[in-house]
Amino acid sequence: MTDKTATTTEATDTDTAGTDTAGADTVGIDEARNDAAGADAAGAETATGTGEAGPGDGAVGGDDVLVTVEDLKVHFPIKRGIVLERTAGYVYAVDGVDLTIRRGETYGLVGESGCGKTTLGRGLLRLVEPTGGRIVFDDTDVSTLKGETLRKSRRRMQMIFQDPLSSLDPRQSVESILVEGMRAHGLDSGKEATRARLVELLDSVGLPESALHKYPHEFSGGQRQRIGIARALAVEPDLIVADEPVSALDVSVQAQVLNLLEELQQRLGLTYLVIAHDLAVVRHISDRIGVMYLGSLVEEASSDEMYAEPMHPYTKALLSAVPVPDPTVEDEREQILLTGDLPSPANPPTGCRFHTRCPWKQDTLCDTNRPELRDVGGGHRVACHYAEDILAGRISRHEVEPELVHPDA
Amino acid sequence: MALLDVRDLSVVFKRKGTRPFTAVDGVSFSVEPGQTVGLVGESGSGKSVTSLAIMGLLPKRGAEVGGSVTFSGTELLTLSDKQLRDRRGRDLGMVFQDPLSSLNPVITIGLQITEVLERHRGMSRKEARVEAAELLDRVGLPDPGRRIDEYPHQLSGGMRQRVLIAIALACRPKLLIADEPTTALDVTIQAQILSLLSELVSETDTALIMITHDLGVVAGLCDDVNVMYGGRIVERAQRHDLFDRSRHPYTHGLLQSIPRLDAPRGEPLTPIRGSVSDNIEWEQGCAFAPRCPNATDVCWSDPPELKADDGRMLRCHNPVAIGDAVTEGAL
Repeated sequence: MTDKTATTTEATDTDTAGTDTAGADTVGIDEARNDAAGADAAGAETATGTGEAGPGDGAVGGDDVLVTVEDLKVHFPIKRGIVLERTAGYVYAVDGVDLTIRRGETYGLVGESGCGKTTLGRGLLRLVEPTGGRIVFDDTDVSTLKGETLRKSRRRMQMIFQDPLSSLDPRQSVESILVEGMRAHGLDSGKEATRARLVELLDSVGLPESALHKYPHEFSGGQRQRIGIARALAVEPDLIVADEPVSALDVSVQAQVLNLLEELQQRLGLTYLVIAHDLAVVRHISDRIGVMYLGSLVEEASSDEMYAEPMHPYTKALLSAVPVPDPTVEDEREQILLTGDLPSPANPPTGCRFHTRCPWKQDTLCDTNRPELRDVGGGHRVACHYAEDILAGRISRHEVEPELVHPDA
Repeated sequence: MALLDVRDLSVVFKRKGTRPFTAVDGVSFSVEPGQTVGLVGESGSGKSVTSLAIMGLLPKRGAEVGGSVTFSGTELLTLSDKQLRDRRGRDLGMVFQDPLSSLNPVITIGLQITEVLERHRGMSRKEARVEAAELLDRVGLPDPGRRIDEYPHQLSGGMRQRVLIAIALACRPKLLIADEPTTALDVTIQAQILSLLSELVSETDTALIMITHDLGVVAGLCDDVNVMYGGRIVERAQRHDLFDRSRHPYTHGLLQSIPRLDAPRGEPLTPIRGSVSDNIEWEQGCAFAPRCPNATDVCWSDPPELKADDGRMLRCHNPVAIGDAVTEGAL
């Protein structure tokens, strides 16, 4: 408990704005966001009172939450046999994730390939059917919706995909791409109005009106991603799930798209779930960051805190692995090199999923008990039995022997 | 004497019915023994084609290679296929971006390494197998004795890349060309591979040409950095000079536009406007002019030359002023 207090105090030092919002949020930024989105300040006030209760219900009730995910699970069956198909096991792509996304914020989800971040994003939109858990979107339980109500609910949740070329139909003109969604949701209210809306949409993503009659192949990668964004915006959504929105783009163009996303958020009060493997991108754009490893969240904190004081060993390793374009920083950087590969999500390790590669692994708990994502103060959540001991330096790093990992095991 | 000397290298792709396309245009640089040189650029900048031309891996038909590539005093561009085959794999090693497509899927990884050892170092199959297991151990493949008989699909991406590095280094080449060796890998695996590469290279005093689009990778690894744009080198400097004080508007723009992990949050990025498709031909003027914030009339009419300036080579009429060139965040 002493450690928890210590962290809270440190967090408060850097930000004097909201001292007691522990367990609730990302203090300063969140206030700004609330203003921008026109949310009532009362929400933040309530959080101040209930903050001590921890990250769970108190904070959720008080804050202006748009999406709540509870114990979300997505398991994919592994089928064997040709005539008599049987299920030989499951790939535990997402295995028990709890998170909340507040209105107007950007939640960044990072992790390496195979950690389940994309499946989480898709499960949240019910583009893949979750195996278990609950998704509450703006007080509606999306996980139980069916048929027409589910389809209608999709208007408010849109997605931006990684590869703009394969996510746009090559035989559809930009106009037809943009109108399709509007029509499906009854937003196509007459020729003139629709036309004006299309021009407005294109303008907001920085494309000329002449783009309407062109086809996806006529655009560059960055422009195609703008079309993808315009398509998502066409139905006036509240939440946009952006899955690797810039990783297919050239570096010089990435910044254009990132700036556009930020500008649109400020103007339209959008809420983002940004999924990416690039930590620098996620840190730049997100208010809060969740780090995933092998199907579950291992750490969650505000963007600044995650960078300043990562607590989970995996987050530490991940942050230390990102190259910085500055030779001086690079020369002094202390890297935590992980050994071995990501274990197979079809056969995840017992206990803490990271214990097979963890340089701080201890003899007790790690390989037997799966750590809960728990609040360590200031809304910083971490799933590690020894997070405080590592932070205080009571446990030191040791060598790890790499284990054999078969990709198709 | 330089180990590798590339002079005025040009590659023109010609195809019936289309205009010839100049992918690499007058590229010159040299690599000293044991040195690590970076070749940085975005897609279409000509960095990969440069490396393929050095290795003699471009198709004979369709690609016209000009200029000269001298390796320890031997001109590589005029060598016959057979002579080239003797050099490749022995003196020159190469690691490619996608390890799965550069390994043969139907041959065990052990055989793919022993093949090189038998061909170039004249080993017997038995000797080669022992050596191959040693090599695999050195690149950090766990349990090499067992893995040697596995096929590429049985390995993860990072492990495949380690196998490729083992093959490339099997004959202790003097020069290793790594073309985006970590782009297909996750960051923690990338860190493993980069540290392995730099360790092996310094251990064996191998020169390395690192081709990448990631300025972060270059910052930690390379002595000299060449920045390419539209098939030409636009700036060349030592890494500290380049990153602390980038003078070409393109290099400067790139550094300003990438989000940095250590930058304070909330700072807006300054993107480079437009995209590569806006480029004009180098014959007309500066290819970067349409996207350049410093462009003046001269940039649209006179192609700039690569000239020595401020302790570096620079191809620009209006370089970033020295005061402004200090990259934010660099101390």
